[in-house]
Amino acid sequence: MSEESSIKKFMFVNRKAPYGTIYALESLEVVLITAAFDQDVSLVFMDDGVYQLKKGQQTKGIECKNFSPAYRALEGYDIEKLYVEKESLEARGMTEEDLLVDVTVLGQAEMGELMDQQDVVLSF
Amino acid sequence: MLHIINKSPLTNGSLDSCLRVAQTGGDILLIEDAVYAATTGNAFESKILEAMGRFKIHVLMPDLEARGLADRIITGILPLDYGGFVDLTANNNNCQSWL
Repeated sequence: MSEESSIKKFMFVNRKAPYGTIYALESLEVVLITAAFDQDVSLVFMDDGVYQLKKGQQTKGIECKNFSPAYRALEGYDIEKLYVEKESLEARGMTEEDLLVDVTVLGQAEMGELMDQQDVVLSF
Repeated sequence: MLHIINKSPLTNGSLDSCLRVAQTGGDILLIEDAVYAATTGNAFESKILEAMGRFKIHVLMPDLEARGLADRIITGILPLDYGGFVDLTANNNNCQSWL
């Protein structure tokens, strides 16, 4: 089997807000593991998942680790495909300006199309 | 009576249930992921604005700050720290957590 054919398209679908549950942090951990195996990784943020990328998180008062800077480090692991659903941003009064990383904003139809093209979809 | 909500209004029905059942004049406290309901531009904002006429709505600021939204608080919602949370609990006869 050639090396080329062993690369699969992995999509991580993040739909939970940070801190209230452990999903956002756990997703980030698994994403970093996947990156170590040189796979084609895409990250999707939709519904309350878009809150994971909000600028200006200050967690001192709740005594939790602020893991949001880690999203900026993903580029260093060659994870550069970050997608945010347009409708989810709008429902939360947010724009790309509110996000701490550069992302591609997709409408719901485009998001569904991208999801269809994946080999593996992991939900958080 | 004090009602405590800890779930985001856009992915869970807890706040809707509370607003449906709670008696006028009560206190509602938004904590953890429920603090998103206290932010401007959220799709739930109109329901909060309507509810503000019937209830005193409070938000726990450390939770809002953690989520990077302390500057988006809807005018009229009362900000609270942990000490204020204790006072609010002590000053109410009973309390329901809408888990």
